[in-house]
Amino acid sequence: MKILTCPINGPRPITEFAYGGELREMPDPARATDAEWTDYVFNRNSVPSTKCEWWCHTSSGVWFIAVRDTASDVTLRTFLYARSAGGAP
Amino acid sequence: MFTRHERLKSAYDVVIIGAGGHGLAAAYYLARDHGMTDVAVLDQSYIGGGNTGRNTTIIRSNYLTPDGVKFYDESVRLWRDLSQDFDLNLFYSTRGHFTLAHTDSAMRTMRWRAEVNKHFGVQSEAVDAKTVAEAIPMMDLSCGGHGPPVLGALYHAPGAIARHDAVAWGYGRGADRRGVEIHQETQLLGVELEDHGSGPAVVGVRTNRGRIATRKLLCAVAGSTPGVLAMVGLRSPIHIHPLQAMVSEPLKPWLDPIIVSGSLHIYVSQSARGELVMGASLDPYELHSTRSTLDFAESLSAHLLELFPFLSDVRIVRQWAGMADMTPDFAPIMGKTPVQGFYLDSGWGTWGFKATPVCGKTMSYTVANDQDHPLIRGFAFDRFAHYALTGEKGAASVGH
Repeated sequence: MKILTCPINGPRPITEFAYGGELREMPDPARATDAEWTDYVFNRNSVPSTKCEWWCHTSSGVWFIAVRDTASDVTLRTFLYARSAGGAP
Repeated sequence: MFTRHERLKSAYDVVIIGAGGHGLAAAYYLARDHGMTDVAVLDQSYIGGGNTGRNTTIIRSNYLTPDGVKFYDESVRLWRDLSQDFDLNLFYSTRGHFTLAHTDSAMRTMRWRAEVNKHFGVQSEAVDAKTVAEAIPMMDLSCGGHGPPVLGALYHAPGAIARHDAVAWGYGRGADRRGVEIHQETQLLGVELEDHGSGPAVVGVRTNRGRIATRKLLCAVAGSTPGVLAMVGLRSPIHIHPLQAMVSEPLKPWLDPIIVSGSLHIYVSQSARGELVMGASLDPYELHSTRSTLDFAESLSAHLLELFPFLSDVRIVRQWAGMADMTPDFAPIMGKTPVQGFYLDSGWGTWGFKATPVCGKTMSYTVANDQDHPLIRGFAFDRFAHYALTGEKGAASVGH
């Protein structure tokens, strides 16, 4: 069983979590061009890399960020989004 | 079976990345139908070692959109003649295909698919639980009382299975005999582009065995598509999730049709060797790896036992995974791209094996004429920019 560490609840089985996709900046809808908006809606970066991703601990409803290597499936660290705001993840 | 070429030539008319079923089929039809034999097919590993050898070999055309139904129906037509065409036994076996419906809304989707299919001359019909019970008497329609029972199904008589490795070998051998060069263990390192004012155009590729000049490059890989797209500066909606599968020990023949249940997230058929070939939903998160998990084997087995409790003593003998190019609308991304001379046969998610012949046909036409084949226009690279998606999710074999 693979284990992921929830910042609130600690290490839990991966089956208790839901994947929410890569953390991405939303362009300003009022100022984005059609091409920029389409790129945001549909396009994804899926080259193997270390990414910041949204995850949810579904048993408790906690959303948080995981820094994970998508080639090796090793999670480097997890933290709450609010606490990281303004700083580098 | 294949010629081994000691070195790459310095130039080819066409370079194809990926010696799986799709890439080799395109090479085969380029040589046979379009007279283009100065073609190199490169693969970083071995022939058919990617998703061609990792799928569950189900062939069907009971899709949901007109684009999808017409495209896959042409593929089924091509499949039936392939063994003759190759002079190689593909063990193509028409079994009939039941997509079980466990809810009223699922029954409604089955009727919808049946009507679209019939409109295009594809044999599909919605059937009731009694018909399912007569066709597969060993199935527990109540699902052990653990979940919603089987109410009926979409029955698709042309549903078939085939020997997947032989498909790659047949196309590869046919292409090889017509002068196409297949280079295994040859990795793409980069794509050389030039822009003379009309946008970027392909002029060559770099590999671990040297540079090749070419003006036509077909990308027919899976799992590595985003990496190849990055080499030509394109972004796409393709994201990679592993899809796992497994087989049981060989059993006496007992299961003739192919069974799919969207509610139980399983599909199963019995191969010519007697093994049950089984698959389920995608892995739940992005991963660029072909590792297997115990979670998958456990959950698939549990769901299969709801339908077939008598299999509880049967052992699993192999388990594996492939990397699937998922798209937002569950349709592929095929044809020309904004980069001149760069052609794409991608986004084949969990539905690519059945399309192998028609992909070869349509992509060879597209590469030879520098014009999208009419059958693939609904799958164009730029459909997302126009918000003109080709929604096939309702026809995915299980709810991914």
